[in-house]
Amino acid sequence: MLLVLVVLLAPRAAADPSFFTQIVVYGLANGAIYALIALGYTMVYGIVELINFAHGDVFTLGGFFALPLIAAFGLREDVSSGPGVYVILLVVALLVMLLTGTLNVVIERVAYRPLRNAPRLAPLITAVGMSFILEGLMYMWQGANNVHFPDLLPSNRIPLGGSASIGAKDLIVIALAVVLVMVLTTFVNNSKLGKAMRATAQDRDAAQLMGVNINRTIAATFFIGAVLAGAGGMIFGLYFNTVRFDLGFQSGLFAFTAAVFGGIGNIQGAALGGLFIGMVKAFSDAYFTSQLTDVWIFSILILVLVFRPTGLLGMRVPEK
Amino acid sequence: MSRAKAPAANRLPSGRWSDRDTVILRLLLLGAILFPVFATLVTGGSGGALINTAADAGVYVLLAIGLNVVVGFAGLLDLGYAAFFAIGAYTYGMLASSQLFGSPLHHEIHLPFWLLLFVGMFVAAGFGAILGAPTLRLRGDYLAIVTLGFGEIVPSIFRYLGQGSVLGNWTGGVNGIAGIDPPSLPFGISGPWSGEALRILPRFDFVDPIAYYVLMVILVIVGVVAATNLHRSRLGRAWMAVREDEVAAAATGVNTVAIKLLAFSIGASFSGLAGTFYGAKLSLVSSENFAFVVSVTILIMVVLGGMGNIPGVILGALMIYYVLFNLLTNLPDLTANAASTIGLGFLNASHGDWPGLHDEVQRMNFLIFGLILVLVMLFRPQGLLPSRVREQELAKGVSEQAVFDLREES
Repeated sequence: MLLVLVVLLAPRAAADPSFFTQIVVYGLANGAIYALIALGYTMVYGIVELINFAHGDVFTLGGFFALPLIAAFGLREDVSSGPGVYVILLVVALLVMLLTGTLNVVIERVAYRPLRNAPRLAPLITAVGMSFILEGLMYMWQGANNVHFPDLLPSNRIPLGGSASIGAKDLIVIALAVVLVMVLTTFVNNSKLGKAMRATAQDRDAAQLMGVNINRTIAATFFIGAVLAGAGGMIFGLYFNTVRFDLGFQSGLFAFTAAVFGGIGNIQGAALGGLFIGMVKAFSDAYFTSQLTDVWIFSILILVLVFRPTGLLGMRVPEK
Repeated sequence: MSRAKAPAANRLPSGRWSDRDTVILRLLLLGAILFPVFATLVTGGSGGALINTAADAGVYVLLAIGLNVVVGFAGLLDLGYAAFFAIGAYTYGMLASSQLFGSPLHHEIHLPFWLLLFVGMFVAAGFGAILGAPTLRLRGDYLAIVTLGFGEIVPSIFRYLGQGSVLGNWTGGVNGIAGIDPPSLPFGISGPWSGEALRILPRFDFVDPIAYYVLMVILVIVGVVAATNLHRSRLGRAWMAVREDEVAAAATGVNTVAIKLLAFSIGASFSGLAGTFYGAKLSLVSSENFAFVVSVTILIMVVLGGMGNIPGVILGALMIYYVLFNLLTNLPDLTANAASTIGLGFLNASHGDWPGLHDEVQRMNFLIFGLILVLVMLFRPQGLLPSRVREQELAKGVSEQAVFDLREES
């Protein structure tokens, strides 16, 4: 499938290289956002083995929380400019991340923790329920239509030869995603909490015996996952300038696919998967038809899993 | 951990009146028979709409019974079950309408419903096997995501294969297939109940909702009997063994891949059957009717009702169907009326940000459904009517882990 895609693409890419470059740029920026959502999926799955269907909606909430905050700080489209804007955006982003993180911890406390020892599918259903609740709340708050998100990032573009160019927006989105992934990887690999997370993911009971506070570790995982999703939601808003209450559904599905694609539970895998899905989506939309984009994405996913049953970077875990 | 496995086979519904599940099944059957009479009496002779809704609900009951075979019996999480539903419906739609006239075939095909009922089943089962064969080696949630992907791919392809696709117009694209043949019988009986003299008719077309209702009840009964017998069979015990502990099952000589493939195909065939009926009854199939939400809804019915237990699953399906398609759609009117009756009528008027109670409740639909799901699961994590084996385990703590714990697999 992947080979077919490459064969189909190669002549058309050669015919118009600058269009091709443009699509790569678009795919990277798109994929960076998927990667941010996928990280939350993969971390939560790694530690409690739950497909957190509400995660995509936490991502949307990131965008929705940013809207009133941006207004409250007095930022206005076409009016505000200068370096002050970025400082304020950073403050807003931190607040949004704090809000979504706290919210996700509350969700975990209310809907998932009581069911930790229940049959496996029970928390899956509450996750679906939480997703409906969050979407319902956003629907009541902002209605069913697209909500405009202020265009605050610079619109300068750097030429890349031919008619292709990379926007400052693209660079900011990609850079932010890279930085967040690197920070997260370092955190999980080196910090004490990160070590506790890995221990809990590997064997919850043994970790508890070693003095790891399981509840706090799991809550922290949900917090970090939601922080990244919230940041992703705000970045999505700044990049596409529109948000909608059910945005998280499709994005969440693609992001979860990205997490599985890279090997669920693996942070670099999720980032890689996100980029890959973003690329496939960009190419399919641009060169074929957007109607078949999810067919491409999911067919490639199925094929990858057939040949690498644990994803691209996933390791075979011994059976418990 | 799997000590409860041996008694499991002995504690199946045994057909006694003292058995809870048997009693519930018989009550459900009685209710299904009495329902048309009840509906006609309640509405004063015009129970058509109610009976129509009940026939639609039956489609979901059949789907839930089928998914229960995959999830409840064999413990395989299937998040794309609606794909097989779509395959059944489109098979019927293409082979029993004028749709294929516009396709590269240039011929209409009008096969009889009764034949296509089986064709739909087998086509869906075949696709189940095609999807399952390469992917059933995957464990736990990797399988879930593959089925989810399949559930997204199938409606997308049906949506794409319309006017202007590379392969020609096979499925009507976004418009779907309309004008599908209704089922018909070579003979029928008219009588006083339809306001005519008692005589044998040469041909009987399904027009009246009651005809669909009767057909649906028959299909559900067939489905329940088939699923119950499967559960009791050697195959059913193998499914449970795989669900409890795949490694142990394989070690005792169960061919786990074949067993799982069978669960997948048989589950899919139920869905194909339901799809055929659905296409025939609605006389229209469109890819929108088979979205991911449908798969999730069926899964909710199974889990909420009580996985692995057929009466529980049926109850779950009926309840969720009622909440989604009846309660939530009528709730805005109900609350608005209630408000005016108890003197809070001023809430109904819209002013400023307040859209009026009716519209506000309408906006809350999503939220209410989500709350119901979360609350029911928090209070009854094992489902409303779990199988008795599992109930005893949870009560007496025979096993420290629940029977239907898919975690075993990963």
